[in-house]
Amino acid sequence: MNLTLKVWRQKNNNAKGALVDYKLADISPDMSFLEMFDVLNEQLINKGEEPVVFDHDCREGICGMCSMFINGRPHGPKDLVTTCQLHMRSFKDGDTIVVEPWRAAAFPVVKDLTVDRSAFDRVIAAGGFISVNTGNAQDANNLPIPKMQADAAFEAAACIGCGACVATCKNASAMLFVSAKISQLALLPQGQPERYRRVQSMVAQMDAEGFGNCTNTGACEAECPKGISLENIARMNRDFASAKFISEETV
Amino acid sequence: MSDINSNIPEGELTSKWTKYKSSVPLVNPSNKRTIEVIIVGSGLAGASAAATLAEMGYKVKCFCFQDSPRRAHSIAAQGGINAAKNYQNDGDSVYRLFYDTIKGGDYRAREANVHRLAEVSANIIDQCVAQGVPLAREYGGLLDNRSFGGTQVQRTFYAAGQTGQQLLLGAYSALERQIGMGKVEMYTRHEMLEVVKIDGKARGIIARNLITGEIERHFGHAVVLGTGGYGNVFYLSTNAMGSNVTAAWKAHKQGAYFANPCYTQIHPTCIPVSGDHQSKLTLMSESLRNDGRIWVPKKKDDNRKASEIPEDERDYYLERRYPAFGNLVPRDVASRAAKERCDAGYGVGASKLAVYLDFKANTERYGKIEAAKAGIHNPDKETCMRLGTAVIKEKYGNLFDMYAQITGENPYETPMRIYPAVHYTMGGLWVDYNLMTSVPGLYCTGEANFSDHGANRLGASALMQGLADGYFVLPYTIGAYLSKEISVKAIPTDHPAFVEAEERAVGILNKLINIKGTKSVDHFHKRLGHIMWEKCGMARNAKGLNEAIQEIRALRAEFWSDVRVPGTADELNTELEKAGRVADFIELGELMCIDALNRNESCGGHFREEYQTEEGEALRDDENYAYVAAWEFKEGVNFELHKEELKFENIKVAQRSYK
Repeated sequence: MNLTLKVWRQKNNNAKGALVDYKLADISPDMSFLEMFDVLNEQLINKGEEPVVFDHDCREGICGMCSMFINGRPHGPKDLVTTCQLHMRSFKDGDTIVVEPWRAAAFPVVKDLTVDRSAFDRVIAAGGFISVNTGNAQDANNLPIPKMQADAAFEAAACIGCGACVATCKNASAMLFVSAKISQLALLPQGQPERYRRVQSMVAQMDAEGFGNCTNTGACEAECPKGISLENIARMNRDFASAKFISEETV
Repeated sequence: MSDINSNIPEGELTSKWTKYKSSVPLVNPSNKRTIEVIIVGSGLAGASAAATLAEMGYKVKCFCFQDSPRRAHSIAAQGGINAAKNYQNDGDSVYRLFYDTIKGGDYRAREANVHRLAEVSANIIDQCVAQGVPLAREYGGLLDNRSFGGTQVQRTFYAAGQTGQQLLLGAYSALERQIGMGKVEMYTRHEMLEVVKIDGKARGIIARNLITGEIERHFGHAVVLGTGGYGNVFYLSTNAMGSNVTAAWKAHKQGAYFANPCYTQIHPTCIPVSGDHQSKLTLMSESLRNDGRIWVPKKKDDNRKASEIPEDERDYYLERRYPAFGNLVPRDVASRAAKERCDAGYGVGASKLAVYLDFKANTERYGKIEAAKAGIHNPDKETCMRLGTAVIKEKYGNLFDMYAQITGENPYETPMRIYPAVHYTMGGLWVDYNLMTSVPGLYCTGEANFSDHGANRLGASALMQGLADGYFVLPYTIGAYLSKEISVKAIPTDHPAFVEAEERAVGILNKLINIKGTKSVDHFHKRLGHIMWEKCGMARNAKGLNEAIQEIRALRAEFWSDVRVPGTADELNTELEKAGRVADFIELGELMCIDALNRNESCGGHFREEYQTEEGEALRDDENYAYVAAWEFKEGVNFELHKEELKFENIKVAQRSYK
């Protein structure tokens, strides 16, 4: 396949960026999208230019590190895949492909296609856990959990923290990410003691990081590579309201 | 014959760890507050240790090269985690897990360490469930188990095909909790480039801020490396692109012995290579062998589609050769058997380097069970397949999706094509019973150390070991050392040892930038990988290994004169990062070949063609090689062998049989 790429190049956070055109020839349809970028970078290095910097690690769709905004969609045109699991057979010979970094005030560009997503870690540090120290646990089977509930918690826990939800949202809202963690723990009996503290402190941190609010467009759910459901946001809002109006505990 | 001391406590095997725990010196809470521990790596082994040590009151600094600790490659582990819970009432016990692990490791692991691992395995499951890790459950609300290779009990806990992800996110949440409380300082996008030693003890590290290129000095009373395995020495492996040996290798150059580097695990069920552009290989979980049957055509060079080959023309070679364990033989055995069939001309697919993993028989079997549940008597085949497919989908859906995504084929309709690929490294930094390397104060946990898996790791045991080390072993054993360090004040980082270590690190970075050669880092990495796979891969022989050593030395010289690293050292420079890692891989590759050449026997993942039984099974030499080969780095790139004798007092050493 022959392709034209328009790739966002930006030296660092302070520099001004721009889209730069690159031509690529003889791309195999079996390549992954990132392997196509490997070919581009090899060519740039051989020409004595600097390669395009992009985040990637496991290349099997689970670490959540890859993050390319391809033709206006996070992780490209296919549903339920990350950029590393997108293959060139999803494109046609002669295509022009525009590749940009995630764009959100809370995700500043570091260089080229790499952004800083440490805001997500800080939201988790604010309450995305169960406060149990190592060595205090009872036997795991002393606490039976209905399969339906455990499965629902697992579905919420499948979030890989890539940030596609934020990148696609017109408000740059992180509600899908935050609510997935809140839901996972709210659905489990282990998560109950801190349930209403957690939702308040995580939402407060989310707001402090500069993520926008939710206006129910549903783009996050549509673009999530792991199919995290919008229901989680409803659950989070319910818990948040309960915490603020009914629960006696404020954070 | 041992010339190194593994510090195994005296006493009965079954009571060593209990006695050790109750007699190990403690550090009182006020002293813990002034003691600093550096942890490099934030995977299962690193994150669990960082969280636990911080909970105990130590001051912890944790480093990872990714943008978040949640990205560590433990996240990609699919199948499960073993624990001797005996929830299935199938006769499991701590002893059986211990026995299976020693036997699975082909009698090349240390009894005391493995027994301890089996003892704490049950605590891990309890801990993870308490953290809210959503492990799979049955309708009664209790935890579900499945089978893995090399065992005859069901002791593997799992969360669909994402067990590693869920366990890592559990450890990550515990770590983030401590970060939020200010008890762990987290340094993401930082790479460790040197260990700092003062008076023979590890006292800190030199790290590079990967965003700014700044070189930083960090002091610690002790340093822990939980930096993962070195499978990327083969270029193509199931490791993440960034997985590397650099931290362990720098420690090795500062005096930490590197043990059994030739023990590499080639995983039998990976998606085959599709072309030269390939950057990594993707695993299809071993759990698939619960329900997938492996076969090749009985006829050589059979070009028919799988569906056109009738049942009696298929060779289910694992079931044929190993009737007792069938498709669930350990990984090393399954990999070699696949290679044997493909080398003999029975391979399938365009490359002929693949075998089939077929779910049809079990899909139908599940379908019949479902039909019976639904009250359908004498269901037709189509109904069975439809109902059975739903069961398979629930068990392995994400793996099937991943396979379809990568290959463009539908595995619900045609059998998967699979081939072995580099997956895990049993070798690593040598550690004693306390998980301390041969450098005092320098510890190593998880895949980065050599300890518990001998010459071959059983499936679902890596997650177990990483978390055992981090949650339940290191937090105790490190106290034995730190209790003697309470009077040591934090050493200022302008100490000459820090200055000197920084100079070493900066010297290498500048050298790499200034070569300004003609070939990219990947070019060298691919060539190294090719040498390693061909001559130090699934099968090795003396001739090939000798050639490989010469070729790697030549490659090293060429690398240091002709590599091209664009950009500068004071910015985000991914080529510079890769160059430093590949430089270390090249040196490690040579040591792996030297180790493989030294070990004149076959065991587990190390298969020397000269040493095999008439049936083609690995032939050990217990009289001469029942030792851990611990290599010491010497000036230039030279290595000196030290031996730790392995004593088997509780298990009768035998030829491993899965027939």
